[in-house]
Amino acid sequence: MAEVPKDLKYTEQHEWVHISDDGTEATVGITDFAQGELGDIVYVELPEEGAALEQMESFGTIEAVKTVEDLYAPLSGEVLEVNHLLTDKPTLINESPYDEGWIVRIRIDKPGEAATLLSADEYRERIAEGA
Amino acid sequence: MSANGKRTPLYERHVALGAKIVDFAGWAMPVTYDGLIAEHQRVRSRAGLFDVSHMGELVFAGTGATATLDHLATNDVAGLHDGKVLYTALCNEDGGVRDDALVYRMSATQYVLVVNASNTAKIAAWSRDHLQPDTTMHDVSAATALLALQGPESTRILSQSKVIGALAGKLGGLDYYEFTFGEVDGVPMVVSRTGYTGERGYEIYLSPERAGDLWDELMTLGRGHGLGPAGLGARDTLRFEVGFCLYGNELEEDISPLEAGIGWTVKLRKPKFLGKGALERQKSNGLPRTLVGIEVQERAIARHGFEVVAGGRVVGQVTSGTWSPSLERSLGLALVQTAAAGGPLAVRIRGRDVPVQVVPIPFRKPLSRA
Repeated sequence: MAEVPKDLKYTEQHEWVHISDDGTEATVGITDFAQGELGDIVYVELPEEGAALEQMESFGTIEAVKTVEDLYAPLSGEVLEVNHLLTDKPTLINESPYDEGWIVRIRIDKPGEAATLLSADEYRERIAEGA
Repeated sequence: MSANGKRTPLYERHVALGAKIVDFAGWAMPVTYDGLIAEHQRVRSRAGLFDVSHMGELVFAGTGATATLDHLATNDVAGLHDGKVLYTALCNEDGGVRDDALVYRMSATQYVLVVNASNTAKIAAWSRDHLQPDTTMHDVSAATALLALQGPESTRILSQSKVIGALAGKLGGLDYYEFTFGEVDGVPMVVSRTGYTGERGYEIYLSPERAGDLWDELMTLGRGHGLGPAGLGARDTLRFEVGFCLYGNELEEDISPLEAGIGWTVKLRKPKFLGKGALERQKSNGLPRTLVGIEVQERAIARHGFEVVAGGRVVGQVTSGTWSPSLERSLGLALVQTAAAGGPLAVRIRGRDVPVQVVPIPFRKPLSRA
C-alpha cells in the first residue's frame, strides 16, 4: 500500500505539497503512489529557477522507462529552487518520494489556492477508487 | 491490483508476488514485479523467469503440413530438420507482415507454429484458409502454458528440474534454436533453447495443470542463482536492446519484413509463398522505408508513434523507444523513408524537434547467437 503522510497536502495529479509553517513557501513532489505507477524514472525535466508558475500549469515532465507524465503546478508562484540532484539521480523520486525526491520549492503567490488541495484522507480515498 | 482479461494458469502467483498487472492483447499479464530495470539486469546477469502463456500455439499435422507451412512462411520450413526451430515472418499478398512466429518441427508430418497472442485468432483463421491437402490445424493455445527461463544461469537452474523429467538431462545437447520434447508422467512437454532476450535461455511448453509446479520449482531452484520473476516490461527492453522486432511496433500488416530488417527470414529462392511477388518487386525496386537505430541526443525518450523529421519534414515514425537499462542511453528504432535513413534526423518530442544520431542495430549483440 502506497504511503500517504498525514502532514502533507495533495493534488488530483498525484503530487504532494508541503506548506511552510509561515504559509509563504511550498515544497512539491510526486506521491509514493505516483512513483509506483510510473516505475523506474530515468529523466526529470525541471523548470528554471525564477520561473513564474500558474496553478495547474505544466512545469516539467517525468520520463519513466514505460511512460511519460507532465508535472502540474499545485499552486501559483515563483520557483525558488529545484532539486538539481534529480538531474543525475532521477531514481531519488522512486526511492524517497517525500524526502530526497522533492522536485521544486515555490514562493506562494496566492495563499487562497491552498484550500483547493486535498487532505491526506481525501487523497487516500482517490487512489483507492482509481487503483 | 487487477485487470480484466484472460488469466494464465500462473495469474494468482503473479498477484501474490505483488506484480503490476496490465491488459495485454486481452490477457491480464504481469508487466513488472519489483522494478523493470532490476528485472532486466537480473536476466542479463543471472536469470529471470517469465510467464508467456498468452502466446498462441497452432499444431499442423499430416502429410501436407510441410507444404502448408512452407506456403505461409517466408522462411525455409521445408529445409527444417526434426528438433529444430525456425524464426519466420508470415506475410499477406502485399508483402506486409501478418505475424512473426516460431516453427517447431516435431516430425515431417507435425509442426507447432508459435504466434503472438494478439494475432492468434487471426493467424488460426488465415492458416485454415490456406491449408494444403492432407493437412489439419488445431489451435492448442488454451491447453498450452509457456514459461521462459532466460539468463546466463538458466541451464544450471533448469537442469535440476524434476518437473520436466528426463528432458532435464537433454539440455546439454541443445544448441540455439533446437528443442527436445517428450511425455513426462503422461503430459507432453517441449523445451527449446529459444527466447526473446538475447541471453542464453529456454522456453518450456507444457499443460496448464503442470505450469504452477514448474514455476514454483524453478523459483526455488533459482534461489541460489539470482533468479527472480520478470515481467513483460523487462521482456520488451531486453528484446529491444538486441534488435528483436515486436509485432505491433516494428512489424505490421503494412510493413514488409525487408523494411523491418528481418530480410534474412525471406527466402526468395523458394518457388512460392504468400507475399513472394510483392517482396520480390520491393527488393528489385528498392525499399521505400528502412528501419534505423537512433540515439536521442537530449534527456528525453523517443516513444512508439513519435514522428521522425528531417529538414522539418516528417520522414517516418518511431516504432519502439526506451531508456536502455544495459547501455544507459535513450535509444529507439524508427521506420523512415530510405532516402532519409542516413540522417541527420530528429524526433518530434512534445512539439520540439530533438536531434537523434543514427546508430547501428542491434544496440547490443545477442549472446544467444554467439
